[in-house]
Amino acid sequence: MLKNVTFNQKWIAYLLVAPQLLITLVFFIWPAAQALWQSVRREDPFGFSSRFVGLDNFQALFRDPNYLHSIQVTAVFSVSVTVLALALALLLAAFADRVIKGALGYNTLIILPYAVAPAVAGVLWLFMFHPTVGIIAYVLGGMGVSWNHYLYGNQAMTLVVIAAVWKQISYNFLFFLAGMQAIPKSLIEAAAIDAAGPGRRFWTIVFPLLSPTAFFLLVVNIIYAFFDTFAIIHAVTSGGPARATNIMVYKVYADGFVGLDFGGSAAQSVILMMVVITLTVLQFRYVERKVKYQ
Amino acid sequence: MPTKHLAAATAAAFLMSTSLAPTAANAQTQVQWWHALTGQLGEALQEIVDDFNAMQDDYRVEAIYKGNYTETMNAAIAAFRAGEQPHIVQVFEVGTATMMAARGAIYPVQDLMIDAGYDFSVDDFVAAVASYYTTTDGELLSMPFNSSTPVLWYNKDHFEAAGLDPETPPRTWDEVGEFSRQIVDSGAAACGLSFGWQSWVLVENMSAWHDEPIGTAENGFAGLETEFVFHENAVVPRLIEQIGNWSQEGLFRYGGRRGDSLPLFTTGECSIWLNSSAYYGGIKEQADFAFGVGMLPYYDDIEAAPQNSIIGGATLWVLQGKPAEEYAAVAAFFDYLASAEVQAHWHQSTGYVPITTAAYELTLESGFYDEEPGTNISVEQLNLNEPTSNSKGLRFGNFVQIRDVINDELEAVWNGTKTAKQALEDAAAAGNTLLRRFEDANAS
Repeated sequence: MLKNVTFNQKWIAYLLVAPQLLITLVFFIWPAAQALWQSVRREDPFGFSSRFVGLDNFQALFRDPNYLHSIQVTAVFSVSVTVLALALALLLAAFADRVIKGALGYNTLIILPYAVAPAVAGVLWLFMFHPTVGIIAYVLGGMGVSWNHYLYGNQAMTLVVIAAVWKQISYNFLFFLAGMQAIPKSLIEAAAIDAAGPGRRFWTIVFPLLSPTAFFLLVVNIIYAFFDTFAIIHAVTSGGPARATNIMVYKVYADGFVGLDFGGSAAQSVILMMVVITLTVLQFRYVERKVKYQ
Repeated sequence: MPTKHLAAATAAAFLMSTSLAPTAANAQTQVQWWHALTGQLGEALQEIVDDFNAMQDDYRVEAIYKGNYTETMNAAIAAFRAGEQPHIVQVFEVGTATMMAARGAIYPVQDLMIDAGYDFSVDDFVAAVASYYTTTDGELLSMPFNSSTPVLWYNKDHFEAAGLDPETPPRTWDEVGEFSRQIVDSGAAACGLSFGWQSWVLVENMSAWHDEPIGTAENGFAGLETEFVFHENAVVPRLIEQIGNWSQEGLFRYGGRRGDSLPLFTTGECSIWLNSSAYYGGIKEQADFAFGVGMLPYYDDIEAAPQNSIIGGATLWVLQGKPAEEYAAVAAFFDYLASAEVQAHWHQSTGYVPITTAAYELTLESGFYDEEPGTNISVEQLNLNEPTSNSKGLRFGNFVQIRDVINDELEAVWNGTKTAKQALEDAAAAGNTLLRRFEDANAS
């Protein structure tokens, strides 16, 4: 017998969501509104003179070849990070799901990097790839690859992608593994009896049933690549060399907090906000159609 | 158990800090100083503050570390907007134009000292240091504190192994090339040359060193309408093209921005390194080879060279909006800070240049330069000639961002994706856009 408890008074519902609403208001809506306000103004750092400049800040951005380049860099970076982080995590989860002995040990080891702060993850990889003192750079040098990510843009990009992916795999792995373990064994066993091999079982049964998880992770990973990788970029390349890793969120920081150009920086963060909102809406509109919730 | 100890220790520390604060506040005038120095430099700074607090009872200076230069400056600006500013903030040299443009926010140090009744003259300061921070009318705006200048560091062991005279550093840029080639060809080291803070060393200092302009309107000293000309002066395009060629030839190796390339020198990979004189302590600690210091190289067919090099580092700005008696405290502290003894000690323990002539002379008399050969090069370079309008420094708005633009473009030359001419033109164009934005934001 199920007992249904309902609240007739509406106020209690509002009261219960109020703390969350308040937090959203203070930490999201208010700063976002301020960014909008600042993006149409130009002022000196100390705030002595501030005036309305309409869409000047936005126009200046789209006339700036460096900004357009930053958009390209962001696209390359976030697609690489998202695809690699999802694919590798899925692969690891598929293997870990089959492990019976010592599963806890494997899982813990794979999840461990998630506990590492992004900046620390960045510095860790930086040390291994450091052109002068890095062990991997040394090995690469022995193989005839001259590694210097301070000089070569694609090497710098590779390095920050590796660091960002390494850090995100744990999170994805956790969700994929949980998703796989929720799939009824009977389905897989039935397929095995019908002579479907491991590969076929994965693609026809496991993968479709994982699609809600994968979709959720896709959204989360894109947002991760757009925003949370800031600390990695900051610690490893500072956006260089020659702007090769200058992703949009890093440029927002550099122009606003280093350059003290609040208007231009706010305009960039408004654009960034729109891009992420658009991407998320598009994903829900088109990708989600292919998702099968049970 | 350990957590208990920790809790006890925290509680004790808390009690101490709260019990100290009220007694200190009783009669003394408090002054806050936000700064950006850590490690050995931060300790040397704290020592100055502690000595000042110990030697008199009227004033108490509190030094607070606020992060790196950029973070400290931003914290002070944000605090000013909120009405919670410190009395003194340490601002790096490239923030000068931003601070200057905010005339309502700053209390020029010269006015401060004179208002407080001190006998204060800009002439007491080393000209190349003070000129960076004075207006065109000769008014000193901020208190020089930690200043350095780029010098040439070289590995004597490599020079010897390559058959060069270890006591003779390269004098000209052509010699830098020849020596590097000899070092690489003889197998003494993997690369000849590297450097850090490339915009500061190669663009800003090399222009000054050859008495060539970086921008119009006296490098921005004369007004916000300044425009960059470094891309077409007699030295920068020539030098960048030459180093670009050395990069392709393998004589020069790029090791990153700021001081990131230091390991290239200290691990013995490169033989010659151009960067700030303030690396003296670091190199001395890390290098297990004999090293020497030389003056910056120049082109000997450019008549004016060598002129004088320009400084980097930071000065102390006094912010407006505090009661008069607190400014008297600031002035008393500055008077102590600029005294020859304090400055000489600061210079000798950190590698920063002495900011007053008296401090330099005191150091000279003490025999310090004989004991630590090479430490005088920076001062000599700055004092080599009376600074001209091309060599007294620079004052460009948005210069933090502009330096990054220059970094970006130079990196494109080093990795061979752009020619020197193209990169410098692009840097100047992007830099000019940022200058116009600054002019626009500050034209009121």
